[in-house]
Amino acid sequence: MDLADSAEEAGFRARLREWLGKALPTLPPRPSPADWPGRRAYDLGWQRMLYDAGYGHVHWDAPPGVRLVFLEETEKAGAPYVGANFVGLLHAGPTVAAEGTQAQRARWLPPILRGEEVWCQGFSEPGAGSDLAALRTRAWRDGDHYVVTGSKIWTSHAEVADWCELLVRTDPEAPRHHGITWLALPMDTPGITVRPLRTLAGSTEFAEVFLDEVRVPADHRVGEENDGWRVTMVTLSFERGTAFAGEVVACRRVLGELAQEARHNGRWDDPALRRRLGRLNAEFRALWRLAQWNVSAAEASGGVPGLAGSVFKLRYAQARQDLYDTAADVLGDAALDLDRPWVLDRLTSLSYTIAAGTSQIQRNIVGERILGLPKGR
Amino acid sequence: MRFQLSGDQRALRDGVREVLARRFGPRELRAAADRPPALDRALWRALGDAGFFALRLPESEGGVGLGLPEAVLAFEEAGRVLLPGPLIATHLAAGRVPGAATGEAVVTAVDGGRVEWLTEADVVEGGGGRGVAGSGAVALRSVDPLTPLHRLPAAPAVSAGPEAVPDPVAVLLTAAEQLGGATRACELAVQHARTREQFGQPIGGFQAVKHLCAELLVRVEVARAAVYGAAVTADPADIATARLLADEAAVRGARDCLQVYGGMGFTWEAEVHLVLKRAWCAPDVPGAARRVRSCWRASCCPERVAGASACTDGRRPGGVSMIVASTDHTA
Repeated sequence: MDLADSAEEAGFRARLREWLGKALPTLPPRPSPADWPGRRAYDLGWQRMLYDAGYGHVHWDAPPGVRLVFLEETEKAGAPYVGANFVGLLHAGPTVAAEGTQAQRARWLPPILRGEEVWCQGFSEPGAGSDLAALRTRAWRDGDHYVVTGSKIWTSHAEVADWCELLVRTDPEAPRHHGITWLALPMDTPGITVRPLRTLAGSTEFAEVFLDEVRVPADHRVGEENDGWRVTMVTLSFERGTAFAGEVVACRRVLGELAQEARHNGRWDDPALRRRLGRLNAEFRALWRLAQWNVSAAEASGGVPGLAGSVFKLRYAQARQDLYDTAADVLGDAALDLDRPWVLDRLTSLSYTIAAGTSQIQRNIVGERILGLPKGR
Repeated sequence: MRFQLSGDQRALRDGVREVLARRFGPRELRAAADRPPALDRALWRALGDAGFFALRLPESEGGVGLGLPEAVLAFEEAGRVLLPGPLIATHLAAGRVPGAATGEAVVTAVDGGRVEWLTEADVVEGGGGRGVAGSGAVALRSVDPLTPLHRLPAAPAVSAGPEAVPDPVAVLLTAAEQLGGATRACELAVQHARTREQFGQPIGGFQAVKHLCAELLVRVEVARAAVYGAAVTADPADIATARLLADEAAVRGARDCLQVYGGMGFTWEAEVHLVLKRAWCAPDVPGAARRVRSCWRASCCPERVAGASACTDGRRPGGVSMIVASTDHTA
């Protein structure tokens, strides 16, 4: 067991740190959360900077340990998040890389890496959330096109996306996991209506997407027809793997800020509050160790994050909510003021036990696929 | 970074596991719980022969010459089978107390106002000037049939000097034992949930039960990462973190396991109660609240930020003494 950087990791860390020190001051000011075109441009611009500096591929082909160093150092330096590039870099891109043809990889991967195109995810539907395989958006073959009708929901960045990785039902008669196909849908195709959904935090982070006889070229299909479920699952673990590891670093910083605020406003005198803060400190320290453990395990087994991501996500989601509930405890009445720090974060933290697989679904995964308990209700 | 067991570490863990399975399996555990507590001296010497107590002693002093990570793995296995006896005190006495390293002597240590295995021990350490051995130590009817306890008269106030603060290595090894207990609780619960049938199916198929088991595993895995990490860094805040999370994993894990077992969990016959009672018996020094505070002070207090960044790389000399420094001036 060793927690020290390997020579490769240490060299990468030093180069990245030096580059971040020079690059971050040149970033334009962050756009307001409501400015979607501004956010798109900002996030793509950051990816372009990473690409030009040789860091564009890190999420795809760096060893897991190096990737963890990337997440840690960018977070510590206050660099932008993956943002609008999330689906392209962490799901659609890896899917195309793993399952696409040579021509598809050449068409779709470089623009993701260069920060030129944004992808969104058309998986969930009003009737297919946790039970994703219940999806009903239909696609019929018509010559060299698929014709798609249906609706998708919780689609982040739909308003500014160029492409949508879309799951459609191509064979309604087949067993439900075997009638699904993966398509790349250009978001400027006629027949697409995007209706933003307002979250409880007041912003429009995601949207409903309505599809009315939308024509998608058949060569935009990745994998075989009716094999889309398998194609999707190959890379879904990316979403639950180390994607959250960098956020643990951020949470530890927030915890330090909370302590300072508590000392400043007198809440520190409450031993129960100090105890809560100490408990959270232990929690996030342990979560960082768990991220390191999981990354090392992935490295030992060929680089793919496994089911351990579900264990991490379960605990992290809860810890993040506890953190911002504790922030409210520190703030007192100010916790009701949306202009105070952490108040909006407290609201958005509520999504963590729901998005990317609810905690209940994660417990099913842990119970059935790690512990070997029988499937059932 | 290669934060996984090395081949040697895996072999050591498997070796300890194999010895313990042979010498102290479920049958021996139940038998031990059914008779008055007595230390199995032959087993103690066998542990000594296997290097359990001399694990961290330098080879030049007749020890095995391994480090904290290896000790943590061995104590995790001991915790997993609920191996009775003052293992940590004897391990810490190796090289200092004659016979401790080889398992010929049984060493126990005073822990606040109590001491375990007093009548079975050859040597009692700690206790300041209270003269434990010949004093009026009073036997308790211990809640754990495998941890006999004595209460000491006139225990000093909780806010005693630095002397009252335990060795950080003892704290970490306790965390390792608790991790082992938590692992046992998880294994028992899952085994039972797979095989016990009600309503015509294994109860582990019901989400109410399945999710209890999933949370058991989550607590074990988080505690494991914390304990192994602390073994690598020997950082005081990491050790405090490890102890806190391992305690939780053991106590809550045993409680949840008991719930999964249903009526059988409430019996003497099922071993679940022994897991819970052992978890309760872990030395509560310097106290859970203070552990949290030390964890906090060592890393997050604004005035300690510099110290924390210096010790997170794990190479800060004398880092283990920091938990002492950070607990003796609590708010």
